[in-house]
Amino acid sequence: MESNRRSFLKVSGICALGLGALPVADALAKAALPNFLANPKELAGKKWAMVVDMKKCWEKSEKGCHDCINACHVFHNVPDIGTVKEEVKWIWQEHYENTFPGQTNEFNVENIKDKPFMNLCNHCTNPPCVRVCPTKATFKRADGIVMMDYHRCIGCRFCMAGCPYGSRSFNFRDPRPYIKTELNPTFPTRERGVVEKCNFCAERLAEGLMPSCVESCKNGALAFGDLEDPKSTVRKLLASHYTIVRKPELGTGPNVYYII
Amino acid sequence: MKMYNAKQIIPGLIIFLGLITFPLWYNMGKAAPVPQPKLDTPAIQKLAQKQCVLPAAQMRTEHMQILNDWRTQVVRFDKRVYVAPDGKEYNMSLQNECMKCHSNKTQFCDACHNYAGLKLNSTPYCWTCHIAPKENK
Repeated sequence: MESNRRSFLKVSGICALGLGALPVADALAKAALPNFLANPKELAGKKWAMVVDMKKCWEKSEKGCHDCINACHVFHNVPDIGTVKEEVKWIWQEHYENTFPGQTNEFNVENIKDKPFMNLCNHCTNPPCVRVCPTKATFKRADGIVMMDYHRCIGCRFCMAGCPYGSRSFNFRDPRPYIKTELNPTFPTRERGVVEKCNFCAERLAEGLMPSCVESCKNGALAFGDLEDPKSTVRKLLASHYTIVRKPELGTGPNVYYII
Repeated sequence: MKMYNAKQIIPGLIIFLGLITFPLWYNMGKAAPVPQPKLDTPAIQKLAQKQCVLPAAQMRTEHMQILNDWRTQVVRFDKRVYVAPDGKEYNMSLQNECMKCHSNKTQFCDACHNYAGLKLNSTPYCWTCHIAPKENK
């Protein structure tokens, strides 16, 4: 076919028109797709974080109570296997020297000896578990929550090796028979061969509720909020108190802060 | 053409054919009836318009993809409300939405899955984690 300036201009004009129609076609295609919306009641945040005030935690009892642990584990159908090796935990107690290794000296440990510290997933800004997961079963959500998709977990346990905080537990056996309390029918259990951990109560936030540990604490020792919101409770606590985090030297950017 | 040992070979062939076609003629006329998943749960009976998220035919063929998409939307993107083509909104949750109406797992899910030869708790392995509703048996 012979080409001349006139036919070239015609064709390019038609092409330009076609490109202009592209957004229209896109908009039409979108309208036909199924619609997925966020729950309107949802608590929205950009970077969820928690502040644990250990002084308030010890107010009522020196050994600390187990209200938060119980509330969390009952809500999420966490089993009680009974052995340390196969223990499954979302929130648990640990001594100072195990919670903050590298931040101890022989004298300050004396002061807080035998005191329990609450440990949970730090929902790191730079989570090593997410980096090592070969199936993207664990991932970081836009609001900062390090979530797990149990459907995808193949139980390789790389994330457990990657997590420097021991926040992840493996189901060595079917957890169902070890759930001593009545099953919470609104939340699934896990099955044998998957790793599990705290999810900052993503399913409760979606309904406009605070995490169950925060809600269950009688002393108000646990505060939850958005770090990007200057008016949030966590930002106020962080501004008015000196706080430390677990293993800051590792560069994981933990988002659970401690007032001691 | 002479066949050697026909006395043994021909009855042997007949027995052999009889044996390998055994499953066919043994099960003849005993085909399992096509399951009729039960829809008469109290929650469904209360509904004015008895329709699921999508029309029944579509649910029958596409429920696995729908569940898969719902899972992805909820877990990955924190989108928990599904807007059906008819404008109704649903909470995307197997335990908290699907099974509220279909509270008869053994007569609804299992009826077809067993018929199709999907072994209980192997494929689809929904109920190893998800908690099935309590049924009056």
